[in-house]
Amino acid sequence: MRHLVLSLVFSCFALVAFAQHDHSGHDHSDHAGHNHADHAGHDHAAHADGGHDDHHGHGGHGEKACGHYTHHEFNAGDNAIHHISDANVYSIGPFNIPLPVILYVPNEGGFKMFSSTQFDHASGHHGTGVRAHERFVIDGGQVKHVTDSSFPNENVAISGIVHIKKDGKEEAFVCYNEKLYPTEVKSTADAGIFGGGITGYYDFSLTKNVVSMFIVCLILFLLFTSAAKAYKTREGKAPTGLQNLLEVMVTFIRDEVAVPFLGHNASKFLPFLLTLFFFILGLNLWGQVPFFGGSNVTGNIGVTAVLAIITFFAVNFNGNKHYWEHLFAAPGTPWFVKIILVPVEIMGMFIKPITLMLRLFANITAGHMVILIFVSFVFIFGNSGESVPGAAGGAVAATLLSLFMMSIELIVAFVQAFVFTILTASYLGQATEEAHH
Amino acid sequence: MVGSIAAIGMGLAVIGAAIGIGWIGAKAMESIARQPEAVGDIRSNMILMAAFIEGAALIALILSFLVAGV
Repeated sequence: MRHLVLSLVFSCFALVAFAQHDHSGHDHSDHAGHNHADHAGHDHAAHADGGHDDHHGHGGHGEKACGHYTHHEFNAGDNAIHHISDANVYSIGPFNIPLPVILYVPNEGGFKMFSSTQFDHASGHHGTGVRAHERFVIDGGQVKHVTDSSFPNENVAISGIVHIKKDGKEEAFVCYNEKLYPTEVKSTADAGIFGGGITGYYDFSLTKNVVSMFIVCLILFLLFTSAAKAYKTREGKAPTGLQNLLEVMVTFIRDEVAVPFLGHNASKFLPFLLTLFFFILGLNLWGQVPFFGGSNVTGNIGVTAVLAIITFFAVNFNGNKHYWEHLFAAPGTPWFVKIILVPVEIMGMFIKPITLMLRLFANITAGHMVILIFVSFVFIFGNSGESVPGAAGGAVAATLLSLFMMSIELIVAFVQAFVFTILTASYLGQATEEAHH
Repeated sequence: MVGSIAAIGMGLAVIGAAIGIGWIGAKAMESIARQPEAVGDIRSNMILMAAFIEGAALIALILSFLVAGV
């Protein structure tokens, strides 16, 4: 009990320290130029040509496009989104480790590689850089490209980044030399469904998520090779320590997931299922470690999409005759049923991996967001740093609630890894099952 | 306006999923009470079924995001 109280008090302190750090970040960046101006019907060309005098900030905050903006309100939702999205720095507590930015720009001579320190965004700017490097800027953790070729192709200080809303879509403009320059975002492979598409450059940066993935892979590799070695050196003896821990999980996946769904094929697919399980579990748990990057890898839809695509190919390449027969010509069904059934089955073939992708993404993202919103209580109750007693009360509430949420997330980390694995096993089982009629 | 309608739609989808998962949970508890020795099988099947229902709710969630244009 005493330990619990002590740890509670300490995490309270840690939260307050975190809050301080975070708030100073707001002071630096959000006032300097990272501003959300709401301009529905404005003409973009006018801004780009320097017609910034008519550019009034929302609610009378700013005077001109690149001018000074007064304090804008703390928004818990935006703050949470910022903290769960990918970044070009790896933050361990108050320290920020810059990561390399690797970009492929076909129009400007291929690959570009430089450190994210060139943007000068690491500490206290909340993911928005105050410098542009070779026509690239960083805005809210995302690298963006200035499309205008009159923008200097070197490292220059910018006066800020302005967001302008047009047709419900928010676009970022770089403020430099009292002029607004339009930007474009990186190419995405969503075929325009989520508003992305192919733009002038591709982002292959070694981001926080990629680094976390490497770290988790390394940890898993070390854990499993040492456990595997222990089985050789300690042959015939009872397992100890690490071996015990991993053996429980491996045999659980084998006996509860692989064998019931896959039968005699179990040993063939067991390595795949174990890899999926431990990779997802490792990343889920890594994302739970506070003040250590706080990466949200399995809450990134790209990562879960790739996992789901691997499952999709594994299922369809291993599908036997009966699987395809049931898909396209279910035996014993009349033709008029088939007209409805076959399209539904084909849709199901794609919906299965899509739900796999969304389930993991939504669960992990929701968990992270809830914790971050609880942490935001410090600012909401503290009135953005104006009321100290409010902030203290908020810190207590935030500590208790986020501890509660984190313990739930610990269960969710295991359950989601298990669900992904068991569903993959059941899809594989359907595809490889022998006929019994 | 469209955003609010999408939010209402998402809420309705979540109600459906919640009823479904709640029912699975209740039935699983009942089955475990009847047959405590089958607890392992019941638990893993319960999670599997809950995951399927969750899938339907997630599709609704993503559709509402798309409609709302976030």
